[in-house]
Amino acid sequence: MLEILSDNWLLLLVGQWPNGPMGGLVATVGLALASLLLAFPVGVLLALGRISTHRVFYWPATAVVYVARGLPLIMFIFWAYFFLPLVVGASVSGAATMVAALVIYEGAYLSEIIRSGIQALPAGQMEAGRSLGLSHMQAMRRIVLPQALYNTIPSMLSQFISTVKETSLGFVISVHELTFAAAQVNNILLTKPFEVFSLLALTYFALNLVLTGIVRLVESRMGGARTRTAAA
Amino acid sequence: MNYTLDFGALLGNGYPSLILGGLVTTLQMTLLAWLLAFALGSALAVLRMLELRALNGLIALYVAFHRNVPMLVHILLWYFGVAAIVPAALDDAVNFVGGEFFYSTVAIGLVTAAYVGEDLRSAIRAIPRGQMEAARSLGLSYLQAMRKVILPQAFKISIPPLTNQTLLLFKNTSLAMAIGLIELTGAGREIESATFKTFEIYTVVTVLYLAISLLLMLGGALLSKRAAYAARTR
Repeated sequence: MLEILSDNWLLLLVGQWPNGPMGGLVATVGLALASLLLAFPVGVLLALGRISTHRVFYWPATAVVYVARGLPLIMFIFWAYFFLPLVVGASVSGAATMVAALVIYEGAYLSEIIRSGIQALPAGQMEAGRSLGLSHMQAMRRIVLPQALYNTIPSMLSQFISTVKETSLGFVISVHELTFAAAQVNNILLTKPFEVFSLLALTYFALNLVLTGIVRLVESRMGGARTRTAAA
Repeated sequence: MNYTLDFGALLGNGYPSLILGGLVTTLQMTLLAWLLAFALGSALAVLRMLELRALNGLIALYVAFHRNVPMLVHILLWYFGVAAIVPAALDDAVNFVGGEFFYSTVAIGLVTAAYVGEDLRSAIRAIPRGQMEAARSLGLSYLQAMRKVILPQAFKISIPPLTNQTLLLFKNTSLAMAIGLIELTGAGREIESATFKTFEIYTVVTVLYLAISLLLMLGGALLSKRAAYAARTR
């Protein structure tokens, strides 16, 4: 297995770059980062829709969340593969298709995290903001959301780990990422599938263990910060 | 956007039976992987309660490995990797039911078992210690107490997360199409590439997935409502 790694580490790390698109592990992390960053505003808007008392906001947001919960990610990818070129009017790269699908899918999951963060805040926060003369939107933007978003940082970081795992589905539409690179290595070697795919699994394992460690660290730091404020 | 809708095109060439067959395969996979996941998940949760250090380490490693590696990679590892090193006799037996079906069901079941085990473990920990102690002092063995007193309560508490795991398992069966299994998504892709009626066939597949997912969500909600009602009237 070590021999496979020493022969192919560059392909697994960056794919064909710089002679082709960025691939491998770097593309996996990049895709996940881009998807989650773009999904964040979508998640906030969906969360606001989900707690809205106006039907025009509530129903569409609820529908998006339920569709994301009920439909496999792979179908989102195929829908994006079909719709994006029609909307943009030109052919779209596999990576962009993947990001588009993940933004909707992850946006829905993020919105549930953000919504629970908003609903976990005492109602007095909104009431106090309103009684100080802020409008509902102002109170939401300046008082409720900053606290809710801060409190949900650990959950959102955990969602990043899920997103890293989900980028592996790009393999199905030939996006150049880690799983795709491993499949390429497997096609070159032909005789060592168990070693190649074990190596792939261990790479994801190591990456996500590091990310889990970061989430734990942030969580404990934040917990400490909050208890200090409460005590003061 | 010049696109004329034509759902009629999906009715010929045996397409309806292809989709129906795909749906049946998806449901069979869901059921078998679910049984594997819940049986193994319960075993993992109970074994972890024994507080044996070496065993706990092994189970924690199992859970970490299965939760941190993408489901698709597990499927590829089983289908291409493990299949390449199993003895020939076993390989023949597997090919009898179809390697794609067998290995993806095993992979999905084993991964979901890790999640189910963790959900059950936290539920077991939420049950007061007195329950186990009372059961033991009534003369039940450890395993009897687990099976008859602790686990039934743990399952009740964890109905919402376990419903979620069931839903995710159902959705994850779609990943088997990546190794060429003709389940619901795979059947949709087949028909799409034969007819180019992309919008129509994806709509059909989407509606089928959503219908079953909503049924699962509804079932979970009803179950947890009934469990709460039973707890109140006891």
